[in-house]
Amino acid sequence: MGVAMLVAACGQSAQPTPSASGGGAATATTAPVTRGQGGDLKILYWQAPTILNQHQATGTKDADAARLVLEPMASFGKDGLPIANGLAAEIPTPSNGGVTPDFKTVTWKLRTGVLWSDGTPFKASDVAFTYKYQCDPATAASTSTYCEGVASVVAKDDATVVVTYKESNPFFYQWGVGGSNAVLQEKQYAGCVGAAAKNCTADQKPIGTGPYKVDTFKPGDTVTYVMNENFRDKSKPFFKTVTFKGGGDAPGAARAAFQTGEADYAWNLQVDAGVLKPMATASTLANLVTVYGSSVERILVNFSNPAASLGDKRGEPDTQHPFFSDLAVRRALAMATDRTTVATQFYGDGLTGKPSCNILTAPEPMNSKTSAAFDVCKFDLNAANAELDKAGWAKGADGVRSKGGVRLEATYQTTINAVRQKVQDVMKQNWEKIGFKITLKSVDAAVFFTNTSPDGANHFWADIEMYTNSGDPDPTSYYNGGWSCGQIASKANNWQSGNYSRYCNKDFDAIIANLKKETDQNKRNQLAIQANDHLIQNVVVIPIVNRTFATSGVSKTLKGVDPTPWDSEMYNIADWSK
Amino acid sequence: MGRYIARRLLIAIPTLLAITFVVYVILALAPLDPLSQFGADPRVPPEAREAIRKSLGLDQPWYVRYVLWLGGLLRGDFGYSFMSHSPVIDLITQRLPNTLAVVGVAYIVGLVIALPVGMLAAVRRNSFVDHLISTITYAGFSVPTFFTGLLLIIVFAVKLHWLPFIYNSNLRITDLASLGEQFRQSIMPIAVLGLFDAAIFTRYIRSEMLEHLPLDYVRTARSKGIHERVVVVRHVLRNSLIPVITLVALGIPGVFGGAIVTEQIFHVPGIGELLVRSILLGDTPVVTAVLFIFAVLVILFNLIADVLYGVLDPRIRYT
Repeated sequence: MGVAMLVAACGQSAQPTPSASGGGAATATTAPVTRGQGGDLKILYWQAPTILNQHQATGTKDADAARLVLEPMASFGKDGLPIANGLAAEIPTPSNGGVTPDFKTVTWKLRTGVLWSDGTPFKASDVAFTYKYQCDPATAASTSTYCEGVASVVAKDDATVVVTYKESNPFFYQWGVGGSNAVLQEKQYAGCVGAAAKNCTADQKPIGTGPYKVDTFKPGDTVTYVMNENFRDKSKPFFKTVTFKGGGDAPGAARAAFQTGEADYAWNLQVDAGVLKPMATASTLANLVTVYGSSVERILVNFSNPAASLGDKRGEPDTQHPFFSDLAVRRALAMATDRTTVATQFYGDGLTGKPSCNILTAPEPMNSKTSAAFDVCKFDLNAANAELDKAGWAKGADGVRSKGGVRLEATYQTTINAVRQKVQDVMKQNWEKIGFKITLKSVDAAVFFTNTSPDGANHFWADIEMYTNSGDPDPTSYYNGGWSCGQIASKANNWQSGNYSRYCNKDFDAIIANLKKETDQNKRNQLAIQANDHLIQNVVVIPIVNRTFATSGVSKTLKGVDPTPWDSEMYNIADWSK
Repeated sequence: MGRYIARRLLIAIPTLLAITFVVYVILALAPLDPLSQFGADPRVPPEAREAIRKSLGLDQPWYVRYVLWLGGLLRGDFGYSFMSHSPVIDLITQRLPNTLAVVGVAYIVGLVIALPVGMLAAVRRNSFVDHLISTITYAGFSVPTFFTGLLLIIVFAVKLHWLPFIYNSNLRITDLASLGEQFRQSIMPIAVLGLFDAAIFTRYIRSEMLEHLPLDYVRTARSKGIHERVVVVRHVLRNSLIPVITLVALGIPGVFGGAIVTEQIFHVPGIGELLVRSILLGDTPVVTAVLFIFAVLVILFNLIADVLYGVLDPRIRYT
């Protein structure tokens, strides 16, 4: 399911979750390292990279494979704040004067003496050029969302870049930081701006400032890298070469890391915990390294009417769902949701996921502590039944409740995925105990995540749907895109907008409007929590499990792997060694 | 014969055109979308998705795209992949050697095994050997390749650590050691596919031989006092092989098509893997190119099979 599930999750805890075998792999080494001292580092991604430019990436695999070569100015650390391991010499903040008090202008001081892998000097003009490339609408960059609200990116001198936002931007690290904001070489990409970006050969072999440079690239198969002799840290990287192999499936990748040792690093081992746990625990070759972030498996309820009989009006925002428009029904559904069983049985009780009743789980100061006490967050079938009784939904002879001729019959859709189908079964069983009649439906992920398919998440021509999503360290676009009135998916916008539930509420929109302009961090945290609690208490969405962001099999001999939930897993590959 | 071939080649042109049209219509009707990769990610908002769609030319109706694609095809240009932005033909030529090295070799291995085994089974009809061979071959094509593949991996890669199960497509064969490495990395997928092919060919050769063994010319040969081995090899096998050769020729396009499941399990970046992944990703230029090449091969090898039939069997004449 591509980026949505995998890209930015957020660091709920400061250290990676202990691995199944003790988490020893996650500590950085302090031993002196000589460049190229190690041999070949073998990385295995079961989705193969097809392009080596973050701005043209269609998934984490592409952005990660490109990250060995193309770097941003800074990476996002575990707390969602930038760390200066990239092209910036230091991180601009309001206190060091790098960010103006109106949060409009950010001045980045760049490292000096940095060379591109072809030996030419890296300059601030390259950063300004990257803005031009990324933010030209005709380039059609998949990272163009980071350009929103940016007025200009200007090279003040060779080592200074000034990013100016049109309005006061509390998330002033929006442009230039993290996995999506890699800096390109102006010389190489000058002919690739705008429409020319589409078939640009530079995307197959980009010149970068990162620790490695591309040797060979077979799209959809393997990338091989050699160390970049011009890398700024003379003692790094440790490995002489890297083989980044793609293909296969997640269980195969797990086997390669834990059982045969054919991979030093195996990415995204999202396998049923019942299979993964014994494999990881028994392994003498590798550890499971995970980190929690903002990835949340959630259940959406439909506020519009998905009935096929409506014809052209089907699922349009001006229709009303026959029974989910009743808060009592939504509350009952939430109270009959058994997230603990799901987390324990299918996510290994913390191995790859833990129960969550928050839709925003990270950064930690924005993770609501109040929601745990909500009645809709507690699994209680009696309370759910009582809720429906009170609201006048009476059980019929077949055990299905109805009111005024409307029966609680719902279709529940998700992607085809072994774990998800098991979760569907658990939900169906409990929901039917309180008087729903549930029809299960599963759709191939490639079809589910399209705006073109009537079976897709966007059309949401069902009553309930389930998938995973996550956000950036700043949750504004996550909330705004997912639940605000202006983002409702409908026929008019070709089902492309992100509010699939068709939820619209003035109070919620007001919270998000405040979040957009509030500059005080404590108040921002409060607003983010308020937005979360609003969605949970009104049962707009039912979060189930907070899933791990990184879920990697890491060779016991490999040191320095320390994933952050807000950036590429490769963000610190320069520091890896054996 | 020359006129026959020319006529067949001419008929192939409208056939291929029709195939490209059907492929395009099916892909246009299928709910596949190169943008599905982004999932519900809020970091790729509707405007960005619309821009990407436009840059790929997907804002145009499918028939316009079809005509444009056909125009490119006539110039020998298969276009660019939506996912990698690289020429489709490069992707195919990168993968063809892997497919031939695994699926092609397996096909040959299958034939080499099947020929003597099928013969033996036919000559020793209803004996213990025949029953044993029958049982094994039935098992061979009844057990799916994903099962035998995983079984081999668990035994030889996971338990014994003898063989790798991740195929290295960058391996260059320069000396004996690298040849050995190639042997090590491809023996499991070749075994899986080769045994499957062998099972099918064995059944076929056996039944063809059985049809010929009781015929008059065989009895004549025997009555002339010719050694039994010569009767079987010179007379029976030769005649039995005619339909087998047709079968082999018709199967060759399938070799180029790759073996989807086996390629996936052993991480062999072949054509089959490319095709399936491209279908799921909605990478239409790659799908249409692979299917087009596949259609050309099917038509070509059908023709070759028919011509070979005439060459091997003098009774058949084409006009």
